[in-house]
Amino acid sequence: MDGISNKRRMLAGAVLASGGYAFSKPLLAAPGALLTRPIPSSGERLPVVGLGSWITFNVGDDPAARAHCTEVVRAFFAGGGRLIDSSPMYGSAQAVIGHALAQLKHPPGLFAADKVWIGSGARGPAQVDASRALWGVPRFDLLQVHNLLAWEAHLRTLQGMKAAGRLRYVGITTSEGRRHDELVRIMQTQPLDFIQVSYNVLDREVERRILPLARERKIAVIVNRPFRQGELTQALAGQALPGWAAEIGCSSWAQVLLKFIASHPDVTCAIPATSKPAHALDNMLAARGPLPDTALRRRIVADVERRT
Amino acid sequence: MSEWWTYTLSDLLMFSTATYFRLFELQNLALWPIQVLALAVGSALLACLWHGGAKAGRTAAVLLALAWLHVAWRYFAQRYATIHTGAPYFAIGFALQSVLLFWLACRPQGARLIRPIGSLGKLALGIALLALIGYPMLAPLGGRPWTQYELFALAPDPTVAFTLAALLLWRAHWTLWIVPLLWCFISSATLMELHSAQAWVLLVLALPALGARWLAATRAHS
Repeated sequence: MDGISNKRRMLAGAVLASGGYAFSKPLLAAPGALLTRPIPSSGERLPVVGLGSWITFNVGDDPAARAHCTEVVRAFFAGGGRLIDSSPMYGSAQAVIGHALAQLKHPPGLFAADKVWIGSGARGPAQVDASRALWGVPRFDLLQVHNLLAWEAHLRTLQGMKAAGRLRYVGITTSEGRRHDELVRIMQTQPLDFIQVSYNVLDREVERRILPLARERKIAVIVNRPFRQGELTQALAGQALPGWAAEIGCSSWAQVLLKFIASHPDVTCAIPATSKPAHALDNMLAARGPLPDTALRRRIVADVERRT
Repeated sequence: MSEWWTYTLSDLLMFSTATYFRLFELQNLALWPIQVLALAVGSALLACLWHGGAKAGRTAAVLLALAWLHVAWRYFAQRYATIHTGAPYFAIGFALQSVLLFWLACRPQGARLIRPIGSLGKLALGIALLALIGYPMLAPLGGRPWTQYELFALAPDPTVAFTLAALLLWRAHWTLWIVPLLWCFISSATLMELHSAQAWVLLVLALPALGARWLAATRAHS
């Protein structure tokens, strides 16, 4: 393992051992500046790694689990993170995020991304209000139509909110490669700031049509399922990192997987979900240091395909 | 909503295996010492099944109806609903089964239990014993903390399993089998999706019960 990787690991361990993190100055600034990408519609820059909440933050009203999730969010901000993503579909995840943000006294820099997920267009605004109350934020930065559900009506609502200054960005999501034809039609015809799609080392279908179209239409891209719901990191666990991992400053497979995604020029941000503070810190380390070039990206694909 | 077809079970299960089983631990802590009462009710039910007859059958139907109602309220509506958007519907299903069991208790001779003799009786008593005593042991046997035990009248699976035994000895109408069998399917599918080793337990109990009920019905008609 190279010196940089050792340094990162020690730093992450020290941060976790301290049990506290400073929000104004990310503690992990040492290994390199935070990698950010601009949102094409505004130029505002976002770190290339965010935080998802699917499954991991749906812990109900369990006080111990909620405290644990708070530590995940604390570690995420300590690593320089900004974008947290959730949905009304994720059970108690929104309330758990709200609890964490309140415990951490609403860290500055939060980019609050949520979704609207309801079959009735008329009930969309009420759901957005309920979500906002659960998060405990004055407004969302980004609202997305979840999995294209009743998207015509919801997009009208969200665009109206944006025009009224009650929302900064509008998006639409899909996952696991579903309904890409329809997503393409929406991207071609609707004014969108963001799309959210599934993309990882093994699931690269979006590279063919969706990502080039996002570049053409100046739409930011959030990537979900970067680890295939943990399947990739579990399959690679215990396997030694190849020598090329040091070239891009990676000390874990999770960082390799995230850097592969972040290195695609049309991706704005990947949103891994985790229930472990140490993993949240580890993920944020992927937002620092060099990214793989085209040749190394091919090598990463080949290596991961061979090992999984 | 035409979009629903795009969802699979894995999309709708928005919680981890640890969170799912932790619910039982939280519930057990919150409800203590009601477990003592639940075990007493379960033992009384077992005695009813052993004794047989109309009076024991009515008592069993009332006790089981209360158990289903308790699970609907305390587990599905108050606990599972915190992580599963479908839990209120499960609560309604369990409340409906409770109504059906009360209805059974009110019918003259409707809840008469047959004596648990022969293979059908042994099967029914075996299922009831496993539901009452075996189910709480699944947590430590599966490598989970024993505090996550699933107890009759507090958790759905052992309550449904016990009910299967009573349904057999009541020779109950198929209407009373619908909700328990649906739950067997839902619970097993959920646990399979969560990669839990106990995913097959409820199905393993339900299939012979269903087979025995079907055989009994076939013989009655021949």
